[in-house]
Amino acid sequence: MNRLAVLKELTPDAVVALEKTGMSRRQFIARSGALIIGFSMAGSITQLTAPGSAAAQRLDGAGSGRLDSWIAIGGDGSVTAYTGKCELGQGLYTAQKQLIAEELSVPFDRVNLIQCDTALTPDQGTTSGAQSHPTNFNEKNLALAGATAREALLQRASAKLGVPVDRLATRDGVIRVKADSSKSVSYAELIGGQTFGVPLNSGAKRKHPSEWTILGKPVPRVEIPALAAGQFEFVHNVRVPGMLHGQVVRPPAVGSTLVSVDDASVQGIPGVVKVVVKNNFVGVVADKPWLAFQAANKLKVTWTAGSGLPPQRDLYEYLRNQKPTRDTFFVNSKDVDDNLASAARVVKATYFYPYQMHGSVGSSCAVGDVKDGKATIWSATQAVYPLKNSVAMVLGLPPENVRVIFRMGSGCYGINGADTVSYDAALLSQAVGKPVRVQLTRKDEMAWENYGFAFVIDQRAGLDARGTIIAWDHESWAPTLGGRPGPSDPGNVITGFLAGFQPAAFAARTPAPEPKEFSNGSNAAPSYVTGCVGGRCEGTGTVASERVFTHNVKSPFWTGPLRSPARVQNTFAHESFMDEIATAAKVDPVDYRLRHLRDPRLIEVVKSVAKAANWETRPSPRFGMRRTGIAAGRGVSCVLYEGDNGYCAMVAEVEVNQDTGEITATRLVIASDCGPVSNPNGLRNQLEGGALHGLSRTLLEEVRWDDQKVTSIDWSTYPSLFLGANVPKIDTVLINRSDGSTMGAGETATTVTAAAIANAVFDATGARIRQVPFTRERVKAALDARA
Amino acid sequence: MSVLNLKVNGQNHSLDVDLQTPLLYVLSDDLELRGPKFGCGLGQCGSCTVIVNGEAIRSCITPMAAVAGSEITTLEGLGTVEKPHPIQKAFINEQAMQCGFCINGVIMTAKAFLDRNPRATDAQIRQAMSGVLCRCHVHARMIGAIKRYAQEAKA
Repeated sequence: MNRLAVLKELTPDAVVALEKTGMSRRQFIARSGALIIGFSMAGSITQLTAPGSAAAQRLDGAGSGRLDSWIAIGGDGSVTAYTGKCELGQGLYTAQKQLIAEELSVPFDRVNLIQCDTALTPDQGTTSGAQSHPTNFNEKNLALAGATAREALLQRASAKLGVPVDRLATRDGVIRVKADSSKSVSYAELIGGQTFGVPLNSGAKRKHPSEWTILGKPVPRVEIPALAAGQFEFVHNVRVPGMLHGQVVRPPAVGSTLVSVDDASVQGIPGVVKVVVKNNFVGVVADKPWLAFQAANKLKVTWTAGSGLPPQRDLYEYLRNQKPTRDTFFVNSKDVDDNLASAARVVKATYFYPYQMHGSVGSSCAVGDVKDGKATIWSATQAVYPLKNSVAMVLGLPPENVRVIFRMGSGCYGINGADTVSYDAALLSQAVGKPVRVQLTRKDEMAWENYGFAFVIDQRAGLDARGTIIAWDHESWAPTLGGRPGPSDPGNVITGFLAGFQPAAFAARTPAPEPKEFSNGSNAAPSYVTGCVGGRCEGTGTVASERVFTHNVKSPFWTGPLRSPARVQNTFAHESFMDEIATAAKVDPVDYRLRHLRDPRLIEVVKSVAKAANWETRPSPRFGMRRTGIAAGRGVSCVLYEGDNGYCAMVAEVEVNQDTGEITATRLVIASDCGPVSNPNGLRNQLEGGALHGLSRTLLEEVRWDDQKVTSIDWSTYPSLFLGANVPKIDTVLINRSDGSTMGAGETATTVTAAAIANAVFDATGARIRQVPFTRERVKAALDARA
Repeated sequence: MSVLNLKVNGQNHSLDVDLQTPLLYVLSDDLELRGPKFGCGLGQCGSCTVIVNGEAIRSCITPMAAVAGSEITTLEGLGTVEKPHPIQKAFINEQAMQCGFCINGVIMTAKAFLDRNPRATDAQIRQAMSGVLCRCHVHARMIGAIKRYAQEAKA
């Protein structure tokens, strides 16, 4: 990419940032400055690339080892930081600004943060998986850059003032001699407008949380005033001079392929610029969005019949019987069958979780500008660098000719349509040689997104004569197709597939190899097993006879990560089953959990939530309950998210109308321990929203289909919890640890909700609901089936 | 195509449009307003809500023919970042949003309702908001912000 062309395309905030750092555009070209990272991908300017920065550009999101890629000090003392982890509505932008302000001892407002732009920011892969907080707030990446910069500034100040570093203090961007505050030097004087020219120092020490004055505080989110005033620029609001509007035409059924397109069918519509076809990808470009919408509706397209779908009512049997499978043992002590055979009692249950969708409230949108062999894409993707590569594949361009600029979209909760619509905009723009904006219709968004996995899970537990668990056996089946495109698989989402790319191949594997180490990233193993693999026991529980065996099978629908992927399904099954075992043992559900846990932090969140909820210690179900009318009950659930990334426990209180099957959650109490809290108000917002998202999915959400196509295509066919719903009172307990690592917290509350509700319904009524969503019909059927 | 007059946030516009074009397209494309948003295009979620002659309507399913000559208020017409309207301020104070995409529909629906029903009960407020969707599920804070504004407006 031509350097000058890149500079012309700098966003206004980036230009301001550049100017603040004291570097004019011309100077910027001449030096390997703060923004070198973004340009080292451009083949034409590799001579500016310093040794080592090529490695920093790897597509696995390795970040950068150069301080100047992360932080620049302006001539006015302002601090500009660059991050590859984006704001998705979770509050990360504000928290990262807090982090940099804290580490550099400057006021919050003096920090300018530039996020997720392949021409400007370090490659940090994907903003996902509750991993942004641990990635950028611990001992590496952005946090390490902050610590390295502070140490570098102190060393320069020490040289300038002739005083050892340990006799210096840093405040508001000024370094002073502790004993003589008249001797001082500002950051601007030390380095304003220049580069540091040093690598990240892995030995640089971060400030201890006990010293924090900005991080750890409830700083209000910086975007909220503009959002509330309707002035915020979403990707939906990006306007480029000369921009046209596109609309896509998706196949009518799963497996349909294109036969023909009748261009003449839209010739009468004014403003239609072009009908675009590439393999099975069909789209229309017009002057105005409304014209593009009408043209897409009127365009006569002939498709083959679909390949057919398994009957929805048979889904779970279908999953169990699918071949081939990819089999995995997460843990296998090889004595489970013997212990189950000799157990005093065996408890069994099977749990069912449906396909669910991200269902962003705003359908996905992107703007593509492809001409002269170069492309700029404005996208709400969680993965600017991987998308840069996969867009290049879709367009047939070298990756260095593609720039992806993140602009916030509607909340995604995982891979919604943001990547696929980026391909749509790119393909349509390439076909017309002008910038094209595409926003999907509600139906195109919902019928073809990458759904959260359906699951069927069998559980068995053996109990000894005293009611203690002596063996736990877990076996699951879950379908998969596609996923995040990453840098090399555009066929993992619908547009890439239609344009001629295949999804990543299904890697069948039978028999499963023996596990080499215990990894509980998908929470396939329950919290109550020891997780002993290869002589190391890294589980959080006490049950040593353990087998966790999973099968992935091919999915008829596209799948991908949806807030707490696999973890929400597994945790529903584990935490519901733990209650079923506790009932069999006639022990209180909290006490029974504590009896089988050995991780002190997981124990603490369970105890904390029970205390905050005034938990009444007794076995479930409630004694002497009535069989009609309203019944009230409480349930508990807990998780160590991903096995190492955030502790959470929830108590749900519900009322069940036993005549109608309607469940009303009246109160949710959540205890969270995610290490040092970066922003308590932001954390509470995530826990509250995550819990209600979990509640909506537990009670209402399920993708539906007929024999050819998905029939959940709008908010009447895919129900969600609307604002008028009678939502529970939510209390949050934050356990703030100043001594631990920072963990994720955006997905923990969602993960524990379904089981907490199911356990509360059982406590209230004695009816066990093992299939999500807990619709009135299902609840009523379970109530009617009570002995 | 027909020429229509429209007053949006106090400003007069003369627009040459197809009468069947939904109002939303004119507001967000021709006038480049950022408040009203396309969420579903079906009048189901509320993201496109604007206030026309005091009433909250769904601009994604309202043809231009139905609003010719009307006075329209969008979210940016209530207040600014520097001087937010009290209902916008309530949402800022409560930090009552996450991604913020739905906030247009939430604020505009609540404002139109409370302007007409300043003494609304909690149940009536909930009823009024029952057609507005937030997928980040910030329900508790949003209802809290609406009630806070209602109380302040009454006081």
